[in-house]
Parts: sequence; C-alpha cells; structure tokens
Amino acid sequence: MFIAPRVADKKDWITTDTGDWEIIIGLEVHAQVASESKLFSGSATEYGSAPNTQVSLVDAGMPGMLPVVNAYCIEQAVKTGYGLNAKINLFSRFDRKNYFYVDLPQGYQISQFEHPIVGEGEIEILPIDGDGNVGDPVLVGIERLHLEQDAGKSVHDLSPDETYVDLNRCGVALMEIVSKPDMRSPEEASAYVEKLRGIVRALGTCDGDMEKGNLRADVNVSVRRPGGELGTRCEIKNVNSMRFIRQAINFEARRHIDILEAGGEIDQETRLFDSVKGETRTMRSKEDAHDYRYFPDPDLLPIKLEQSFVDKIKANLPEMPDVRKARFMQQYDMDEYKARLLSPDQRLANVLEDTIFETFSARLGDRSKAILTYTGSNENKIKLPLSVKSSEVEKATELLHSNYDTSEFIPELHDVAKAINNWTLGPVFEFASKSSEDPADVLKRTDLKGLYFAIFNDTISGKIAKGVFEKMFAGEGTADEIIERDGLKQVTDMGAIEAMVDEVIAGNAAQAEKAKENPKLLGFFVGQVMKASQGKANPQAVNKILREKLGL
Amino acid sequence: MAHPKNGVTAEDVKKIAKLSRLHVEADRLQPIAEDLNGILGWIEQLGEVDVEGVEPMTSAVDMAAPLRADKVTDGGKRDDVLKNAPKSDDGFFVVPRSVE
Repeated sequence: MFIAPRVADKKDWITTDTGDWEIIIGLEVHAQVASESKLFSGSATEYGSAPNTQVSLVDAGMPGMLPVVNAYCIEQAVKTGYGLNAKINLFSRFDRKNYFYVDLPQGYQISQFEHPIVGEGEIEILPIDGDGNVGDPVLVGIERLHLEQDAGKSVHDLSPDETYVDLNRCGVALMEIVSKPDMRSPEEASAYVEKLRGIVRALGTCDGDMEKGNLRADVNVSVRRPGGELGTRCEIKNVNSMRFIRQAINFEARRHIDILEAGGEIDQETRLFDSVKGETRTMRSKEDAHDYRYFPDPDLLPIKLEQSFVDKIKANLPEMPDVRKARFMQQYDMDEYKARLLSPDQRLANVLEDTIFETFSARLGDRSKAILTYTGSNENKIKLPLSVKSSEVEKATELLHSNYDTSEFIPELHDVAKAINNWTLGPVFEFASKSSEDPADVLKRTDLKGLYFAIFNDTISGKIAKGVFEKMFAGEGTADEIIERDGLKQVTDMGAIEAMVDEVIAGNAAQAEKAKENPKLLGFFVGQVMKASQGKANPQAVNKILREKLGL
Repeated sequence: MAHPKNGVTAEDVKKIAKLSRLHVEADRLQPIAEDLNGILGWIEQLGEVDVEGVEPMTSAVDMAAPLRADKVTDGGKRDDVLKNAPKSDDGFFVVPRSVE
C-alpha cells in the first residue's frame, strides 16, 4: 500500500478552528501515444473525424477478432519510461479489466495490471504559486506506467433519452502514468502535470494537448493532520486543465475537512469535477465500485523486450527539458525565470540557439573557428547547436590546437545571448501571441541577428529597434533593408546634432534659462532634440552636447 | 463430485450477474452456483499436478507477442461496423441513455 512520509510545507497547510490539515495528492495521468494507428488494430487515430469511420472489427469488439500489438506504442512507452527515470520491465503482459459500459464494446479494457511495461521512477517538480513565486523543488515518485486502450466517446446531448456512441477513439493507445501520493498542494499537482507534459512533448511520445483530451488527469485527494494517519481518498475523474486540477483539489480538500470536522466520515468514491460550478460531485460510490476481475488476456502473448532494443532507445533520447534548462542557465547566463520560459519547447529552443550562435559567430568573425574546437574546462564548456556541421568542426580542429582556451569569448556569448533572449521573450512572444503564431516561427523569420548588429554598431538606437522589429514581423525585409529604406540610421554626425540642439535651445530660451538652475529639465531638451531628429539622433551625443550648451 | 472449499455462493452469482449485466431469476441463483462449483471442482483436479519449479505461463506457447508496424491499414468501414447495431443514426451507435 501507499505511504506518504513527507509533510507539507507549513504554507500549504489548511488551518481551521480545530487545527491544521494537509492535503495528500496522487495522480493518474492518461497520455495518448502519438501513434498513427491504434494499440491493437490498424485503424487511424486522427482527431475529429466523422463518427465510426476509424473503427475496425477489432475495435468494435466483434467476435473472433484478434488484437496485434503496435510496436511503435511499445517503443514510446519505453521512451517515456526513461523520461521518468524509471525502471523498464523487459517482461510485461496485457490483462483484461472487465467492466460494462456503452462505449466499451469488448466488455473489457485491455490494460496492464500485474506486469506493467514501466516500473518505479522519479521526477523533480518546481511548484509555482499564484503570484509566480517559485517554491523548493519536490521529488515525486512514479509508481508505474502501463499501456492500455482508450474507450469510445458517448454523446448524451443528441437525444433526450438515448446515448450516441462513436468508437473512433476506442482502442487508441494510452500510457497511464501513476504517481505516488507525493504531492501536498494544488500547485504541486499542477506543476507535476506540467512537468509530465513537458517530458512527453520533448520525447514526442504524446502531443500533450489537454484541450483535445490527449492528456488528462485523475486526481486522488485525501486530507490528514500534518504527518498523521492517511485519510480516506476520493478520486476525481478526467480533469483536463491545470487550473481545473487546482480548483478540484481545493474544493475536494475543503469538502473532506468540513465532513471530518462535523464528525462525519469520508466515503471512498469516484467523483466528477464540474468546471462551471467549480465543484466535485459523486459519480459512483464504493458500493457500485467496480470489481474489475482482472486476468491475463488470452488473446495476447507477453511482451518480451531485448536489452539491446531498450538500450538503443536510451542512447537516442533527446535532451530533456530540465537538462536543457540547466544548460541554458549555465551556458547563456540566463536567470531561472527566463530559462523556464525558453527551454521547454524543443523547437523554440533550437531556433533560439541557432540564432544566438549565428549572431555570436558573426560577432567573433575570424575568431569563431576557435569556438568549434573548444574543449576547455567544464564550467566554460559550450555545447554547439546541431546546425554547426561536424565537418566544420573537423576542419577547425586541424587549424587550432584542441585545448584552445575560449573563456575569453564567454562574455561576448553572454552579451549576444542576453540580447537575443530578451528580444525573444519580449517582441517575439508578444507578436506571436497577437497573430497566434508559433514563437519559433516568428523567431525564425525575423532578422534578430541583423537587429542585434544594428544596435551593437550604433546604426540605430534601441528606441527605434522595436519599430524595425514590427516591420520585420510584417515581412518587410531584413533589419538592414528596413533601416536603409526608411532612413532610420542614427545621426552620429556631431555637427548635425549640434545644429538641432541649437535650434531647440533657441526655440525654448526661457526653459533653457531655467535648466541652468534645474538640471532635471535636461530630459525635456533631450526629448525635444530626439523628436526633431525623428528619433534618429544618437542619445549619448545629444546628452553630451546639450550639457555643454546649457552649461550643466 | 467434490466441491471446492469456499466455493461460489448464490450471492456471488448474483453479484457477477449484475457486473456482467445478465438477468438471472432468483430461483436460478442456487442451481447456477452449484453448476459452477461442479466445474470448479473438476478444474481443481489440476492442482494434483506437480508444477514445482515451472514458471507460470499465460499462454500455451512460450514465445513473445508478434508486433506490427504503426501503419493505418484498417477502418473506413463505418457501415459494416454499424450493420449489427439495433439502432444507429448519423453514423453513431444509438443505445439507451447511459447517464441520468
């Protein structure tokens, strides 16, 4: 049976007249395997097709039909197991879970009961509260991951006294990921689901789309006195967003506490979350609790995996989001917040790193070859993005000694990365969200490298840059083309700036007198000169000349 | 015939029938329980076989499951699938309402 040794942080306790309570939470997450065809049949899994068009006779539970296991689904389960730092079971088996329901034509679900494909694992989560405060990391144990079939879909609103059944989803492969009861607050629970989603998306084993129901959570909630004996739990079925998970837990914990404080007992039951009312209600009580009568499915032989097969999967795992986040923080000197936003999406992270490295190597010019051969001390190690071809590395290796110290380049890399990261987190995210585009696409088609050098070389001021970005976003060309076309080049000609300053002072003689007494008025003059130059005057030069002329 | 110890009771039959959505008349519960106990008693004779040191198997053949490639090779036969349904409408199976 489950044990729950960890006591919640005091901040997560619920305090009432009778004392303190803590919430104990465990989750069962169903993640749909991103396969083309179903777990045991060759029907398509595509979302949103016309009813019953993706159903084979196997899925429809016709007599005499035999299930055949989809090899790809097995591979994805193993991959996800590694993502959960879990034990892979070379021997696993499918069992029948018997229950009667209209959207389950077989009369049983093929699942894995006694011998799941993945055993115990562990992941680290970072709970974040409603105000964005990041809490201490929490280790959440994984009990198991097993493969099973999804059921069909029942539609209750097409007829007042009938149910309409679509079996398209029936037989689609699910990975059920069962946690240990290691979470102690609604924030920890949603951080856990967020983490799982990040892992399956990074691995490509599930698309993680909660709106489509491709990732959904059953939440087990109980309460106890801090560190005390475990209470009776209730299971809340199919909660399909992070916010609903938190709401459902808050509601359910309060409900338990109210019952217990009134001297009542909690009935172990399955409940539904009503997202409109924000509350949970009984779905079925223990009395009708299912007796699933599990037994090995006689239609299926056990799954026996070769060690070499799982080793190969392990060797080809992509970089996991946590590892990438830590690397971003170290390699690009990012703070935790920025790394958290920029690292989870693999495609965005790849485009970002390509942009940083293109810009960085352009800034280094001839010195860039040295980077390619860098094998210096670990703290300065640079992991090259995939876009740097291995042939270039080899060529450069011949040119330079292999222990060339590139630590001198690190500040430049950090400078470039900081600029590109800020542009990405600012305008790229902002415009992508406005146009509902993938930020990676926006980042890819806007010339941040050109923009970086326009600012770096003082061609334009930072103020004008945002306008240039907007035009790049609209597809009007590269940074240089737009700057040239619109005549946005910064005026660095001291004579020209001096003339503008003279004009502004002459036009505001009274203010100029006051400014001598009150230096704060300098800002007003800087503003006027910048305005006269249409934002193109170099602000440092304007400042300097104004100070001289006004005698400040 | 020898009946197994802790055999099936009329109450067990009633429960299993309910879980399987089978209707069994009250006066049939006891006779069915006796029939089942007869079958179970017969199967229990297998307990006499010495299986010391033999790994439990879930099938008669000692081999791993054959696997198939992830290709769409089936489906697209809505009318066939619906053919045996007592009622269908607009491509859906139509059944008595399953929720209140």
